[in-house]
Amino acid sequence: MSDSKLSIVVIDEDPVRAAILMDGLAEAGHAEVALIDDVNNLLKKIFAIDPDVILIDLENPSRDSLEQMFQVSREVRRPTAVFVDETDRAMTDAAIDAGVSAYIVDGLKKERVNQIVDLTISRFNAFSRLQSELSAAKTALSERKIIERAKGILMQTRGMSEEEAYAALRKTAMNEKKRIVDIASSLVTADRIAS
Amino acid sequence: MLDSLGDKVLEGPGGVAPPEVSTVHAGIIPLLDCAPLVVAAEFGFAEKYNLRLEISREQSWASIRDKVTIGHLDCAHMLGPMVIASTLGIGHVRTPLIAPMALGLNGNAITVSNNLHDRLIAAGLNGGDVLSGARALKAVIDADRAAGRPPLTFGVVFPFSAHNYELRGWLAAAGINPDFDLRLVVIPPPLMVANLDQGLIDGFCVGAPWNAVAVEAGVGEIVATKSQIWHNGPEKVLGVRATWAAAHPHTLNALIRALVEAAQWIEQPENRLAVAETLAAPHYLGINAPILAQAMAGDLPGRTPDGIISDPDFITFFRDHATFPWRSHAAWFAEQMIRWRQIDQDTDVCALAEQVYRPDFYRNAVRPLGLSLPDADWKSEGTGTSRGRFFGDAVYDPECS
Repeated sequence: MSDSKLSIVVIDEDPVRAAILMDGLAEAGHAEVALIDDVNNLLKKIFAIDPDVILIDLENPSRDSLEQMFQVSREVRRPTAVFVDETDRAMTDAAIDAGVSAYIVDGLKKERVNQIVDLTISRFNAFSRLQSELSAAKTALSERKIIERAKGILMQTRGMSEEEAYAALRKTAMNEKKRIVDIASSLVTADRIAS
Repeated sequence: MLDSLGDKVLEGPGGVAPPEVSTVHAGIIPLLDCAPLVVAAEFGFAEKYNLRLEISREQSWASIRDKVTIGHLDCAHMLGPMVIASTLGIGHVRTPLIAPMALGLNGNAITVSNNLHDRLIAAGLNGGDVLSGARALKAVIDADRAAGRPPLTFGVVFPFSAHNYELRGWLAAAGINPDFDLRLVVIPPPLMVANLDQGLIDGFCVGAPWNAVAVEAGVGEIVATKSQIWHNGPEKVLGVRATWAAAHPHTLNALIRALVEAAQWIEQPENRLAVAETLAAPHYLGINAPILAQAMAGDLPGRTPDGIISDPDFITFFRDHATFPWRSHAAWFAEQMIRWRQIDQDTDVCALAEQVYRPDFYRNAVRPLGLSLPDADWKSEGTGTSRGRFFGDAVYDPECS
């Protein structure tokens, strides 16, 4: 299922291992492969390349930054394979049992690189589908907007800070055993009638 | 050495049963509050309880979490909110983790670049008022926006971290919206100073010793410490898989006892230098021992007449129940995750706190040591003796229990 038009980024500061990955990808017919071997200002570099797939070493110190980037913006989320450069059977089994799907915990051989890319994409797609179904069902976005509007009303009319406004909504919700969004929604409606 | 149990290890029911395994693998991130794990391994506290503690320095919080998840590590120096996030499966595969003890209180600070520090002073930053820095920052942000300049960028260590919520709370207390008025990026602790130096970020919130390292290197100034923002605020915990804890109850007991005794020993002023010299090794922190010893003593470098900001509670390892896993700390973290839209707003905060922070395990383990224990598992913040020491004069009541 690999698409040779895929743009792939390999993030690795180890030149030998990076060469194995790049060779493996080239042999599998991937032409658009970029290497980032200096993780300074990593996010800017990734944005500039805008890859379809990211390959990164489990031990890379920039993984925390990468996870944050995907947390903040759904649009920049990319399939990411985290690889472990060691042949450790026990670790492989444990990873599979634990369902850590993005891991390729097997000796890093260039013949396997393409398989890594395929597996990563298919798992990412399955996960994304699940995520979008969830969010569609929950309409979390509109709920958030209602809460933001209610907070804004409290801040304007009562001179509360954002924190106090949120605390007031939360407290009322708790006391009345209702969801915060329901309290927020009544407040927004009441404000509309009053104005 | 403070030795609550003397040299004898009790056997049998109610006492100290032998651990199920003899070796425990623990991961650390190069930060001062990993000290209880390193000291327990290096100064005989683990051995006293028939444990061999193997310490490995990890490159990122994600790596720590993943290795604990797949069982490559048995336990780790972890961010409190990370234990909650993993249990809920936020940001990664769902793995129930627990925190059976804390690894200390406080230890963070907010540091800004020299240039931003000058602007904050001009805008009213003064050392006596912990929120003055945030209010000055609001004025700077407003001025930048009016002049069409790009927003400032601040670094935090992980999306699910006390640092992230503490920085956001401090900013929000001055009317700054951390999601719109500036940019927050994640950078691992050891890379924070270089990022500030290169001008990629304008400030950061990170644990010791990295704030002191930035000031010593001449690239920034500390504007607020965690203990000033939230006196005795929560920090790292011992994180283990819930299934590992269930399968190794005696090992966990032994581990908690060894770590609590190590924490007690670390806090004795006469042991500071030995701790600092041990942690200074390249395979632990790789930072000069004097900087570490000064941070332990609460002496931070700063742009004051004598060049020192003194904060005796800058980092706390044992006193004030610093190793006790307060469920109210977990509840506060979960509330912040809701507040900043990381988790569903209908999350049952109290039930979650009960599931992940486990004072029951802690009490059970330390009871034979004869240490004083809190009466309750929950507490409010900003009330009683801590009035005015929680984000200015804010109050937090977990409304659980």
